[in-house]
Amino acid sequence: MTEEIREKFLRVVPKFCPGCGNVIVFDSIISAIGNLYDTMDDFVFLSGIGCAAWIPSPHFKADTIHTTHGRPITFATGVKLANPDLKVVVISGEGDLAGIGGNHLIHAARKNLEMTVICVNNLVYGMTGGQLSPTTPQGAITKTTLKGNIEYPFDLARLVAYVGASYAARWTTAHKSQLQKSIEKALKKGQKGFAFVEVISPCPTQFTHRNLKTFKATKNEQNLGEFIDIEREGFVKRIHSSIEENHLMR
Amino acid sequence: MEDNVGDSDPAKRKFWLGNEAIAEGAIAAGCRFFAGYPITPSSEILQHLSKRLPQIGGVCVQMEDEIASLGAVIGASWAGVKAMTATSGPGFSLMQENIGYAAMTETPCVIVDVMRVGPSTGQATLASQGDVYQTRYGSHCADYEIITLVPSTVKESYELIIQAFNLAEQYRTPVVFLSDGHISRMSETFRTPEKQPIMNRKKPTCKDDPIFGTTSDNELVPPMPSLGEGYNVLVTGSTHDLKGFRDTQDGDIHRKLVHRLADKIIRNKEKIIKIERNKPEEAELGIISYGSVSRAVWEAQELAEEENINLAHLRLVTLWPFPEKEVKSFLSGLKNVIIPEMNSGLIVREIERCNDEKTNIHSFSKIGGGEPITPSELLDLAVSLS
Repeated sequence: MTEEIREKFLRVVPKFCPGCGNVIVFDSIISAIGNLYDTMDDFVFLSGIGCAAWIPSPHFKADTIHTTHGRPITFATGVKLANPDLKVVVISGEGDLAGIGGNHLIHAARKNLEMTVICVNNLVYGMTGGQLSPTTPQGAITKTTLKGNIEYPFDLARLVAYVGASYAARWTTAHKSQLQKSIEKALKKGQKGFAFVEVISPCPTQFTHRNLKTFKATKNEQNLGEFIDIEREGFVKRIHSSIEENHLMR
Repeated sequence: MEDNVGDSDPAKRKFWLGNEAIAEGAIAAGCRFFAGYPITPSSEILQHLSKRLPQIGGVCVQMEDEIASLGAVIGASWAGVKAMTATSGPGFSLMQENIGYAAMTETPCVIVDVMRVGPSTGQATLASQGDVYQTRYGSHCADYEIITLVPSTVKESYELIIQAFNLAEQYRTPVVFLSDGHISRMSETFRTPEKQPIMNRKKPTCKDDPIFGTTSDNELVPPMPSLGEGYNVLVTGSTHDLKGFRDTQDGDIHRKLVHRLADKIIRNKEKIIKIERNKPEEAELGIISYGSVSRAVWEAQELAEEENINLAHLRLVTLWPFPEKEVKSFLSGLKNVIIPEMNSGLIVREIERCNDEKTNIHSFSKIGGGEPITPSELLDLAVSLS
């Protein structure tokens, strides 16, 4: 990101672990916004609990809500329904969005709620010390699967594409330019429907050193790219068109 | 910041279900956002508002669960809209984490809990008063204070829910409206009051105003901007400074924040607490009640009069913050006081704390089957204690 964008859009510079992919995601989001918009005054960034949830708050110079664990999509639903003029962006990890908050993710995608959701999938519960997450690959060693993970992981981008999202893409932090383009697309599409970008960003502190083999497997190009890109009327638009009189709510 | 919004047609008599009165009262209070999940015996609130809110420019949304419902309410409140959710015990349990969040982030909102028989699924369709402590201590580390209001009639449900919104806005706090399966699902005829004062949250005047704390000890409630107004608000459930910046290590910042959250309620107890008291001078026997049980007390008082028994009555409309001063003053001079409750005897503990041991406190507990406490049960007890 340029010095100008940094000055305009950042409150403080973030600190993450050495090697953390959050830095690349952070840069991609801010650069994408910088390419598309002059101001973040009409943006609301929501995040839950976990390392990725620290990307927007307190760093972005914008309205930010750090919610309870797993619930940023629910708070975002209220924000967007109450003020459809706001651009609503959720940034959080897979433990937050697909583990404890998985139900909200599925229903928001099903309703095609107008929001952009960026899910940093670090394959593990990083902040709590490296336990199994819903996307930990089979066989991976975590603090709670010392003999290797016996579970089948969630395929998040395909999941939300299947249940009704307007846009779903997946990249890794090794695909910076594709990622940034997808985020730009998701920021625009998120104003009309549910737009989801998953970023595979293996945790260097809690995951990669224990799982060099699975880390390599995540580079499988067939599992990357866009999984859906359609136009479908969003939930907020539908609910507001049902409001009989044109009253101003606020 | 006060204006008056009255009923559009005050002359018209209403015959409403308690739950409808709650929904209509909320609309009169300015509620324009409702998010909920169906649960007996509160579902009529969601149903009614799904019809009514769109008619007046509001939004009603059915969410995937109660956690999501309160999450959406908090989001809507930050977007600048008065917001409410409604549920019953099991859903109220699910909301507890977000209630703590609303308290910590000072988000005005109203949570209606229509109490039903528990524990757990209990007797799902039937009334109880079992959630009185959950409203106060339900969320983890309940170091904050919360406001809880309890209606005893359908008319009062309408008037009191307006009060709930006013208090939420004035003190920037979640307010729990504690109805029960009896009040919410009975219909009564009444006239809505012509004018009710409506309070709105105080807004900051300049971008430097602290919005998560105050610099003066006299002013305990900070102003609240809405999202999208350029304030770059930092909302977090973590311990934060006056501007919203997280500080998860400094003990002083935490103590200051949490003490203020409690103080803004405690120091305004006089203004917040509402009770109804009827204490003849010569009375030696009294009853303290709240919610639907109060209806039996009113009738028991009439029956007692026929038996020449002077029965004093204190009705708690505000349950939290607990009206200690009012209870103490009521107990004073009374030999015996009965505490009828549709639970195993919970608020009686609070009342015992207020007793100087000169009054004998008698818990009258009735649980199960949603069976109301009857006037004759109270009369029998009154006769035996006279």
